[in-house]
Amino acid sequence: MTDLLTLATSVVDQARPGESMEVYVTRGTENEVRAYEGAVESLTSADSSGVGIRLILDGPEGEGSRLGFAWAGSLDPTVIEAALSDARDNARYATPDPDVVLAVPDGQAAVDIDLWDDRVASTAMDAKIALAIDLERATRGADPRIRQVSSADYSDARTEVALASTTGIRSTARRTTASVSVDAIAGDAADTQTGTGFSVGRSPADLDSDWAQREAVERATRLLGARKAQSGRCTVIFDPRVVSTLLSVVASALSGEAVVKGRSFFAGRIGEVVAHPSVTLVDDPTDPRAFAAAAYDAEGLACRRNILIEDGVLRMFVFDTVSARRAQTRSTGSAVRGGFAGTPSAGCRALLLAPGTQGAEEILASVGDALYVQSVTGMHSGVNPVSGDFSVGAEGLMVRNGVFAEPVREVTVASMLQRMLQSVVAIGSDVRWLPGVAAGQTLAIGDMQLSGDN
Amino acid sequence: MGTTITIPLVTDTALIEADVLQRVLAAALDRGGDLSEVFAEDSTTSSALFDDRRVEELSSGRSRGAGIRVIDGDTTGFAHTADLSEAGLMAAAEAAASVARQGGGRTRTVALGPMNGRDRGTKTLPGSIAKSAKLELLVRADEAARSAGGAISQVQVGCGDTRRRVLIANSDGLLAGDDQIRTRFSVMCVANGDTGLQTGFETLARTEGFEVFDRYNVEDIARTAAVRALTKLSARPAPSGEVPIVLKGGSGGILFHEACGHGLEADHIIKDASVYTGQVGKLVASPLVTLVDDGTVAGEWGNFGVDDEGCAPARNVLIEDGVLTDYMWDLLRARQEGRASSGNGRRQSYQHLPMVRMTNTYLLAGKENADEIVAQTPTGVYVTKLGGGQVNTATGDFVFGTTEAYLIEDGHITEPLRDANLIGNGPEVLRRIDAVANDFDMTPGTCGKDGQSVPVGCGQATLRITGVTLGGTA
Repeated sequence: MTDLLTLATSVVDQARPGESMEVYVTRGTENEVRAYEGAVESLTSADSSGVGIRLILDGPEGEGSRLGFAWAGSLDPTVIEAALSDARDNARYATPDPDVVLAVPDGQAAVDIDLWDDRVASTAMDAKIALAIDLERATRGADPRIRQVSSADYSDARTEVALASTTGIRSTARRTTASVSVDAIAGDAADTQTGTGFSVGRSPADLDSDWAQREAVERATRLLGARKAQSGRCTVIFDPRVVSTLLSVVASALSGEAVVKGRSFFAGRIGEVVAHPSVTLVDDPTDPRAFAAAAYDAEGLACRRNILIEDGVLRMFVFDTVSARRAQTRSTGSAVRGGFAGTPSAGCRALLLAPGTQGAEEILASVGDALYVQSVTGMHSGVNPVSGDFSVGAEGLMVRNGVFAEPVREVTVASMLQRMLQSVVAIGSDVRWLPGVAAGQTLAIGDMQLSGDN
Repeated sequence: MGTTITIPLVTDTALIEADVLQRVLAAALDRGGDLSEVFAEDSTTSSALFDDRRVEELSSGRSRGAGIRVIDGDTTGFAHTADLSEAGLMAAAEAAASVARQGGGRTRTVALGPMNGRDRGTKTLPGSIAKSAKLELLVRADEAARSAGGAISQVQVGCGDTRRRVLIANSDGLLAGDDQIRTRFSVMCVANGDTGLQTGFETLARTEGFEVFDRYNVEDIARTAAVRALTKLSARPAPSGEVPIVLKGGSGGILFHEACGHGLEADHIIKDASVYTGQVGKLVASPLVTLVDDGTVAGEWGNFGVDDEGCAPARNVLIEDGVLTDYMWDLLRARQEGRASSGNGRRQSYQHLPMVRMTNTYLLAGKENADEIVAQTPTGVYVTKLGGGQVNTATGDFVFGTTEAYLIEDGHITEPLRDANLIGNGPEVLRRIDAVANDFDMTPGTCGKDGQSVPVGCGQATLRITGVTLGGTA
């Protein structure tokens, strides 16, 4: 990693008078195994690297600065030189903007968290292949109703990142991830259902293949015989995996960038009650349990614990440096970026809804009658974080008298995000850390519209 | 304005010399295997974002490298590298070859045939256009959107282009190249009213160069997005439950992409993970349905000269008069079944394995008049713009979101509706199509599958579905 930081710094040193520059370099190794019918269907091994350069032409006092960006999928010196030249040229065309600045170290110390496990590199490829093949075999054999396993995968990645800037930012980070996932198909041609299970960790040793297999099989088999449900208003209990996705949509409305640009239904509501008093939502990337945990944000500032909603009251938004200036506040250490080809923006990394005291079964029992949703579709086409409109396809089980009853498919559940946050009935204690930017737990929301049979 | 080129420029596509390719392809089979393949790619992208009344970001990017694949029976080994030197390619070939375990490796020679390519016509290279000319388009769109109504509170305009040169060679002697130029322009508006915020989005995306703006007016794109957001300020909640739906021509070819397109991809079929497995020759849709996937349609978003396995695109009829005629195939699945690829092998980049993907998927136009279809619908929902969608190919259940829709009352289009998702089952919905008009149009989209995104086109004429479940709140 020191060589990456040296490389980034050497590019930064090429800044000319009147220029500010930030250089992000990354290098990674990935392996992926897909098993099918007891053999390797595909095995991918790859190294990749890249650079992203943000260059700012400082304008005269009061007129603002201009930002240009360029990236390249290589750390070859001639390629980096070309990217630097492109970034410099791109900057000439931007609109001068007094809010365009690079992050400046703010004195906040980064938390020391270890997200690297040497066992990703030291585990033999044959052992990784065996994980995928064994997972496929176990899933096929788990239940006579499982008629197909369409994919059973093992994958891992090692990523190193370094960031340097003319404003004094110097940061490095490295992380490993490993996962197994399996897609099971249950039933026959007349009645087919599917279920996905997975397990993620920092190394192959962290993975619970048995959990993944049982999750896939349970989800597929318990939906067999599913039908549409009757339309009407009801309480909906969301599975932890769905809640994690739901929170990631809420997160986009909590981005300071969306707020300052008038693209969030939370804009202008700081200090107001926006959710049920049981709702406390925290983004804490320094929690090493979070999949996207990080010591530094994507601009090299220390990540920190930010309380966004507290006892139902909207407390703050997450900001990167530019959106913070537009909002006349400070960065919350919440810059995120989609790799070397993206520029930083404000976002959450590790959302956690403060857990309640009840487990899933207790929530079912206390709610009594509801629709339990185990998976949703169309979360990105049917949920609008600007207006708050929420409408998703759903499958799951009816809950009657506090226990699971008949399975349900081809229905939608709808409301408004604003209303859903106010209508929280129960928040589970069963927190599960999941890939993505949010943990999930069982969550019951009242008074939603179920659309199915007329 | 700008530099024009005629594609293919075969000599320019020689990212790797033929003799190097031949040695790498042979080396990749040193440990055995049935087929080796080199896919080399050099893509440059540029984009500009005009947001909140300013040029916020100009971005340029370059990605260059090769993916090497070794197929040994039913097993595929894959490795990629950004190093296009012979040493770099040899290292990737060795990594890809590690899966070959059947033995039988022997010294082979690979002789490449002549270059396959297609005449793609003349394009204006986006990279040859002055950045100031692109920015002028953004400013014009921003002004047009803001002047559409005082309630427009925010406008974001994006413009992007990609030039993707590819070279594909395999140990069967195939050698093919293509030079793909794509241009995209999109406008997102927010309108602010008493009922809160609403959004409107419109995009133009063509497999063309900058000449596309000679024929398409950016002000029109901007106004469409703005009016969409403004209209929804007075929208009422969408109905809940099963309703007849009339889809406007060009509003939602994505319906067919999701409802049946994915289920007709041979990788799902071979694994018996599609509702359409074993259905060839059977009636799977209303007789009004003839569904085609066609990578040859010049200029459409899913168009190319050769696919990412070097095969020519084709016009493939998937469903004819309601009867399933064939699936879509890539090289791997076609080899397994002893047939030819249908030109549907695609990949996001050299860092990805190819798989069966759609190109431009569309329902052929019918004979009816679009207005009459609406007039003959007593009650229902008229959908003029669909957003994204998603399907479970094994069950056929799919959703897609409406981003502009209206009530139909007594055969008339009346009040606008807030956004909602529609949910249905592919085979059921295809049988419920009872009217297809003659006003065909296409729309671009981005298709995601197994973590890879590729550009696709979708098309359909105005049509009616007798019942789909609409997930509104009213």
